[in-house]
Amino acid sequence: MTNLPLSVPVAPNRLSLSKFARRSPSAAIGAALVVLILLVALFAPWIAPYDPIAQDIANRLMPPSAAHWFGTDSFGRDLLSRLIYGTRPTLMLLAIVILLTTPVGIAIGIVAGFYGGMVERILMRITDIAMAFPKLVLALAFVAVLGAGLVNGALALALTAWPAYARQTRSETVSLRKSDYLAAAEMMGITGPRLLFGHVLPLVLPGAIVRMALDLGGIILIAAGLGFLGLGVRPPTPEWGAMVADGTQVIFDQWWVAATPGAAILLTSFAFNLLSDGLRDLMDPRNG
Amino acid sequence: MSLVDISDLNVTFRDQDVGRHILRGITVAIEEGETFGLLGPSGCGKSTLLRVIAGLNRDWHGSMSLLGEAVAPRRRFTGKLRRQVQMVFQDPYASLHPRHRIGRALREPLVVNGLDNPDKRVTEALAEVGFGPDVASRYPHQLSGGQRQRIAIARALLLRPKLLLLDEPTSALDMSVQAEILNLLVTLKARFGMSFVLVSHDPDVIGHMCDRAARMAEGRIAATFDRPALAAGAAAAR
Repeated sequence: MTNLPLSVPVAPNRLSLSKFARRSPSAAIGAALVVLILLVALFAPWIAPYDPIAQDIANRLMPPSAAHWFGTDSFGRDLLSRLIYGTRPTLMLLAIVILLTTPVGIAIGIVAGFYGGMVERILMRITDIAMAFPKLVLALAFVAVLGAGLVNGALALALTAWPAYARQTRSETVSLRKSDYLAAAEMMGITGPRLLFGHVLPLVLPGAIVRMALDLGGIILIAAGLGFLGLGVRPPTPEWGAMVADGTQVIFDQWWVAATPGAAILLTSFAFNLLSDGLRDLMDPRNG
Repeated sequence: MSLVDISDLNVTFRDQDVGRHILRGITVAIEEGETFGLLGPSGCGKSTLLRVIAGLNRDWHGSMSLLGEAVAPRRRFTGKLRRQVQMVFQDPYASLHPRHRIGRALREPLVVNGLDNPDKRVTEALAEVGFGPDVASRYPHQLSGGQRQRIAIARALLLRPKLLLLDEPTSALDMSVQAEILNLLVTLKARFGMSFVLVSHDPDVIGHMCDRAARMAEGRIAATFDRPALAAGAAAAR
């Protein structure tokens, strides 16, 4: 048999930046904002005009001016610098939560969905139990027991965040289990971890990534909530939630003290939501 | 001894506590080197029978021996048996992993089964079904249905099976491509000395391809045909 020519032209499979922006402008804006926030966190010491914890009591509660673009807080600290440094604990907490939850949730979901039966029942009941805990309340209890701090807050959030991934991944895996390509893989003698993580994982990963991006906005809000209640990072380290809490005492006279970190929380949460919305469209395999 | 020896095979599916009898007392023997056809209306159990022989449906009662080896129900096929019984699925759009390039889809079975020179074998396997080595870098969605089915055939042949199960291998394809795939299968069968079990609802395909055939109805074998009968068009007659 001679080599038949391939009649189908190959579509370029690489996702170029301009194509990405055209297909989903909102995702592009979200991605740009997220990148911006990451850069700000990374280069905070070089960008921030002032030391974020240096107090200047003579200039406390100053309105926005050329010297202090967003004004100063009740200790005379520059709000812009504190905002810039505040990206760090927020993103750090996000990273810890994501790194702890997604791999665990996805692994449990795949194993439960693929093997079914008793394995599935036990794993999913554990998932249900973990899911039954109220997120913020458990986080409060955790922090109360282990002490305030970024890592403790993140641990508490991680404990309640993974079940969503396990459930979603399980249901996707169940629908894949009967597919011909997994049957074909089984006939080739491909079993165990190789089948689960080489064949099932690539198909459930896009869904989990979209879910993760959607969760990020919510985690930022909860992180800020912990900070607001004084259970996040310890003062004087700048943290957005704690900054909002500081600002509430003077909200009628010096509204910008609470409004600027509030806007930062809003903007970051919004950026991740835009990004996740676009990712959902792009990561659909049918769009490949 | 026959290549496939099945006697009194029963399969029931439990559907909301109502047992549905899919296969009722199937007894069939398939000889080495022949192409055995299974035809019948949809729902008659022919695909289920094929999946039992393939080791994909392990929940059955009765006795079966494949390639001279007795097979027990609920037991996963391993080793030589797993390699020597392979299958080509009906829908080429669903049988190739959408996120694996062709090269990986063909290479992985070789690696898993510990065969030497996987890269050379992949190139050979592609050549057997009429592709150049460049197709290895493509994804399935970049190929047409007929091309995908040829890749699926190449994959099924990688482990040099003795028995190749064909589950309506052409029914999802255009008429022109159907003939191409069937001819390719005939050529490869002669080259590698395989036996085929071909499931089809198309009596013409069965009549063209098979040495013997059985018509199934409601989970039973209703009639069997030998080559002269098939040549006379018996499979098409009702």
